[in-house]
Amino acid sequence: MGFMERIFKQPRWGVHPDDHKRPAADAPLRHLPTPAKLYVPLVQHVGAPARPIVLVGDKVLKGQMIAEPGGNISAPIHAPTSGTIVAIGDVTAPHPSGLTLPAITIESDGRNEWIPCHGVDDPFSLPPEQITKITAAAGVVGLGGATFPSAVKFNLGKRLEVSTLIVNGGECEPYLSSDDAIMRGYADQVIDGVRLVMHAIGARQALVGIEDNKPEAIAAMKKAAEGFDNIHIRPVPAWYPMGSDKQLIQVLTGKEVPADARAAELGVLVHNVSTCAAVHKAVRLGQPLVERIVTVNGGAVKNPGNIFVPIGTLVEDLLAFCGLKENPERMILGGPMMGTPLPHSRTPVVKGASGILAFNEAEAAVPDAGPCIRCGSCSKACPMGLLPLEMAAHIRADDLEGAEAYGLQDCIACGCCSFICPSHIPLVQYFNHAKGELYSQERAKLRTEATKRLAEARTARLEREAVEKAEAAAKRKAARAAAKAAEAAKLAPSPDKGRDGEGFAAASPAVMAANPPSPPLSGGSPDGAETAPTPEGASS
Amino acid sequence: MNQPSVVAAPYTYISKNVTNVMSWVMIALTPATLYGFWLYGWPAIFLWCLTILSTLAGEAFCLRLMGKPAKPVLLDCSAALTGWLLAVSLPPWAPWWIGVMGGLFAAIFGKQVFGGLGQNPFNPAMVARVALLISFPVPMTSWVSPLPITTADAPGLWQGLMITLNGMPKAYDAIASASLLGFAKTEMSRGLDLVQAFAQSAAPSLSIEGFRQGSLGETASFLVAGGGLVLLWLRIITWHIPAAVLAGVMIPAAIAHGIDPGHYLPASSHLISGGIVLGAFFIATDYVTSPNTPLGQILFGLGIGFLTWIIRTWGGYPEGVAFAVMLMNIMTPIIDRVCKPRIYGRNRRGKPIVADKVI
Repeated sequence: MGFMERIFKQPRWGVHPDDHKRPAADAPLRHLPTPAKLYVPLVQHVGAPARPIVLVGDKVLKGQMIAEPGGNISAPIHAPTSGTIVAIGDVTAPHPSGLTLPAITIESDGRNEWIPCHGVDDPFSLPPEQITKITAAAGVVGLGGATFPSAVKFNLGKRLEVSTLIVNGGECEPYLSSDDAIMRGYADQVIDGVRLVMHAIGARQALVGIEDNKPEAIAAMKKAAEGFDNIHIRPVPAWYPMGSDKQLIQVLTGKEVPADARAAELGVLVHNVSTCAAVHKAVRLGQPLVERIVTVNGGAVKNPGNIFVPIGTLVEDLLAFCGLKENPERMILGGPMMGTPLPHSRTPVVKGASGILAFNEAEAAVPDAGPCIRCGSCSKACPMGLLPLEMAAHIRADDLEGAEAYGLQDCIACGCCSFICPSHIPLVQYFNHAKGELYSQERAKLRTEATKRLAEARTARLEREAVEKAEAAAKRKAARAAAKAAEAAKLAPSPDKGRDGEGFAAASPAVMAANPPSPPLSGGSPDGAETAPTPEGASS
Repeated sequence: MNQPSVVAAPYTYISKNVTNVMSWVMIALTPATLYGFWLYGWPAIFLWCLTILSTLAGEAFCLRLMGKPAKPVLLDCSAALTGWLLAVSLPPWAPWWIGVMGGLFAAIFGKQVFGGLGQNPFNPAMVARVALLISFPVPMTSWVSPLPITTADAPGLWQGLMITLNGMPKAYDAIASASLLGFAKTEMSRGLDLVQAFAQSAAPSLSIEGFRQGSLGETASFLVAGGGLVLLWLRIITWHIPAAVLAGVMIPAAIAHGIDPGHYLPASSHLISGGIVLGAFFIATDYVTSPNTPLGQILFGLGIGFLTWIIRTWGGYPEGVAFAVMLMNIMTPIIDRVCKPRIYGRNRRGKPIVADKVI
């Protein structure tokens, strides 16, 4: 039976990388002593950057808002410790480009003094909108890595009458265990957060998906969920990318999110376990999001584990706390499957940072890419049912539209294909390149179209004006002729009036020139000739 | 390949690589090959070595012409596997120049002229086998009866070398005979029907343990299939192509034999004669030249099986696996164009599915 099963029952998607989660996941949770300086970026979420509301030299308390949301889709930023604002300027972004990002620098006063926090004792008596409001004010964003402002998602769920809250405790990325740590240590907070989110969005039930490689977390969550009949803890197979929302929804509900719709339109909303815990803190304790659990792991780390880290801590300080065995060959923010490489360690920890990995030489080795042997491993692994090998072949030939026809835009960049490829072809790199290229082509096209539209509108306006002017001039001429005729008829012309008419004619020769033939067709109007630029000319 | 210094994630990789895959296929081929060595003795061993060496030489020669380093490419083992597959599909006592020409042809015209690994439209081993069969039909259809290496009559080391270098000596002519498929074809052309033909004492018998005339490594169907199961177990291949190839040959054979046993061989004869099992598990499953979706693979396999049966039944050659594989190889790009997997959130035609609300 086992033999037949192995041959005939192959997994429909996904891969199973070595998880490397232990021993880091089993190490006790630690608190990072507040570093002397914190660098809090203003962009830690999807949407508009936050706007600073403090000035250099201001004293702030822990949890005090230091930047307000910059738009409808945005989130406020709070001081992660008490101290003095010493700078508002640029720091290196946690991004492979090494570009800079505006940030507020706080010098800690070492007291870690909170602002007065007011929790809600009975949040379930509050209207759902109030929970959403508190969550928004606390700067809670999706902590699984997507960093979408949670309150915006609550509103969406409420509006679309979502029935089911899916709580993502999958944490399928290798090396990471921050969600595991929060479920093991703070299951009560997570479950309370789940109930609050359900209240906020009006969900009837919650399905908590946890990969079965985290038995301690499953046990803790089951215990915490006892007595809540509408919260179901559902162990799911440890299989990458189980933590991707589309795949988790499919596994837990058996339904697929349509390609052109959001999960909410299916009646489900996905939130991460850490996000739920943050909602609990915001509502029950009145504490905004100023710290998070970060997994520090990798072969170059001496004491890997999970650590409570204030937002804005430099990776350097965090790694120094855990100790390094050797100089890391590669540093990654997030997991190794979808994370981003860090250019250096002087970048701050942000709200979406679930892990900081410091790889040693062996882990960081990148195998040489070989030719595609069309083995099809990539298409068997693709959780979206795409054909990575065909898309890559088209991209290699610079046929981006061809790649799009194979479903490039449905790619979720999970990395299964690159991971499994026996020729180690960097397929995701191809797809990211093509998506970026298509995006900029689309932008350029839109810009050209907009410019063309504007130029055409201008031409039309000028033509219209020329016609109007010509008509007006013709009218005046007619009036003048009539007046002259009348004057002539009167036999006593007034010299004043005659001069007035001449003066007008001299003042607008263009109108006079434009007058006789039909100006739009002939192009004879000087205005027309000057203002009929090609779209290219206008856009340059 | 020219890669940018910062490459997108993932930063962790599976340890499997091309060399592993090719090596496992060769390991899976080993039992059937060793059995072939035992069955046909020293000439088979010499032929096998010569074929593989000349395939490697052909590959190295082309890479050298292109100014590329040969060693890393040779180490991916794909050329060795091509040579091996060609060798096991040759008559075991074929002269040395058959192996050498076949090996060179497979590497140069089967693979490297198209741009090397991954670029060839046809299975290189089958390209070489077909070229040899068309060009040299006599040595390519001269089979010997098994003469196990452990028996007294078997040619020794020196004698075996002479057979490979000088061709089959007169003394062994007696054991040269037709394969079952060839015998059936000859007898039918003489006007006998199959029932009469197989009633003769000279008729070759079916042998599940491979004790029959045939190519070097394809007679022991059970060992070949065993190797195929190893590949299935390792998930190097999937069941779709082998199952479809075997079904494609056996279903029409069974129907035709049921209707007219006098003119059509039974399905069992088709299954354990010639190279169909080897073709199903090792040749048709070649990644480069087969479709990459399950549905496409089933169509591809059925096509190979069916064409094999057609060629064996009505064609000019007794065996048709190599032709069938090549004919379906041409179809692969079209099959791949038509058979695409369904994308998540879309229907088969690529349109977004309708949301089925969770309540």
